[in-house]
Amino acid sequence: MSAPAPLARRVLLQGRYETLAMLRNGEQLLIAIILPLMALVGLVVTPLLDTFTASRIDLAAPGVLALCTVSTALTGQGIATGFDRRYGVLRFLSTTPLGQSGLILGKIIAVLSVMTIQVAVVGGAALLLGWQPAAGGLLAALVQLVLGAAAFTSLGLLIAGTVRPEATLAITNLLWVLLAAAGGILFPVASWPDVYEPVAHLLPSTALGDALRSALIEAQFNVLASVILLAWTVLASLAAIRWFKWS
Amino acid sequence: MKDLGPVEALDNKMVRVLDGVHLRAHPGEVTALLGPNGAGKTTTLACAQGLLKPNGGTVRLLGQDPHQAGAGLRSRVGVMLQEGGLPQAVRPVPLLRHVAGMYAQPRNVDELVARLGINAFANTPIRRLSGGQKQRVALAAALVGNPEVLFLDEPSAGLDPQSRSVVFELIQELRSEGLGIILTTHLMDDAQRLADYVFIIDAGRTVLHGTVPELTAATGPGTGTDRLLTFEARPGVPFGTVAGLEVTETVPGRYSLAGPLTPAHLQALAAAWAAHSVMPSAIHMAPRSLEDVFLDISGKELR
Repeated sequence: MSAPAPLARRVLLQGRYETLAMLRNGEQLLIAIILPLMALVGLVVTPLLDTFTASRIDLAAPGVLALCTVSTALTGQGIATGFDRRYGVLRFLSTTPLGQSGLILGKIIAVLSVMTIQVAVVGGAALLLGWQPAAGGLLAALVQLVLGAAAFTSLGLLIAGTVRPEATLAITNLLWVLLAAAGGILFPVASWPDVYEPVAHLLPSTALGDALRSALIEAQFNVLASVILLAWTVLASLAAIRWFKWS
Repeated sequence: MKDLGPVEALDNKMVRVLDGVHLRAHPGEVTALLGPNGAGKTTTLACAQGLLKPNGGTVRLLGQDPHQAGAGLRSRVGVMLQEGGLPQAVRPVPLLRHVAGMYAQPRNVDELVARLGINAFANTPIRRLSGGQKQRVALAAALVGNPEVLFLDEPSAGLDPQSRSVVFELIQELRSEGLGIILTTHLMDDAQRLADYVFIIDAGRTVLHGTVPELTAATGPGTGTDRLLTFEARPGVPFGTVAGLEVTETVPGRYSLAGPLTPAHLQALAAAWAAHSVMPSAIHMAPRSLEDVFLDISGKELR
């Protein structure tokens, strides 16, 4: 009689498989690694961040790490899931011992694996550019990155599971650009007009950007931002459970 | 082994797709779901596989509710979806190895690949494969876990004659190994060649079921007959009965006559044509096929 492989093995296999799929995709590498690196260099060589107190690189690096989270968890993972849904891959894999929960766990592993690589590459480049992160905030930053990954993965799954893959592609890429430009990721919202600022604080992107800046500049754990990220995770996950279509 | 009560299901747009499908399949047999496109075959399979939860009725797969069942049940069931369900950027062999990793004792991937002729395109990404090649990879993916039950949704779609015979031979071999195989098709020929038992589905209902000989012998006009004569002529001619057998207009312009046909019937039929000034544009006589059965009961062509 046939038997399934153990759960941990199935999930790890799927995680490795999805990680490799993301790393082999040229467009995904562009948005996950190349564009964040360009943003990092751009923010260091231009005076865009000079109105704030910290140095350019100390302000830029946490923001770019937050942008990396959006690249992988929302845009990369969302697009991959959307097309897998179109081609029936989600349906097929959910008939294997992997199942629906195994598929989702595999995606979470893939997002965290790719983010590890991003942190190494982007963080390494930032250190070369003179970044001096607050040592006391590294653990807090790690927690915030995981919270951010959870919020944006849930949002990515929600979009990928409810609209056509072409629309997922357009929406998640557009969101990446909008959030990078005006979503409180790279530029603290304190610099925006007063009418926009209160709204912007509720965005998951602002919460993640602020949380990482609090941790890596001031060595502080930003509780409010963490609560906002958790709230987005819960809301988007509930919506995804309710509306996600597997085919 | 598997019993779909009067199953009902709604699709994404909340349209009632199934409305009373009865189905039962056994190990060591090929069970075919036959019906036109849109009849509800794929939806029936989705309920049986646990991908869809029907609104009513009962579904049992190897004694369990497939919608609730865990990895243990899923490891005993292989599924080939109509759309293939294959990731597009991957090459066939790494994909099959990946799927094989989900099982404790998978089939040997190399043997499966050789058997289905996948070697020839092992290094081509799936998106560049032809329909028939994709179909073979999907079949291999369904088989790699060494299942006891195999679901095949339109297994011969897109296959050239050569891959078709490879696939059909494999299906027959798997049946003799004791697998329970449930397949859907809208091709009579597939069902007649492969199936031990056929369920004819139309508009979300099981309209008829039986073995192929039972279905072709025991139903429709002229029960118990084995020959069918059809001809095409202008619609609406009232031929009535010819030498004791009724001429039925199954669809406008297409007439059929079923029974223990003798030369006397042909003579009488020719006389009837002459009487109505009809020259048929086509005449065909053969043993009743599943296609005729389907036409009789639904008034529709299968394709």
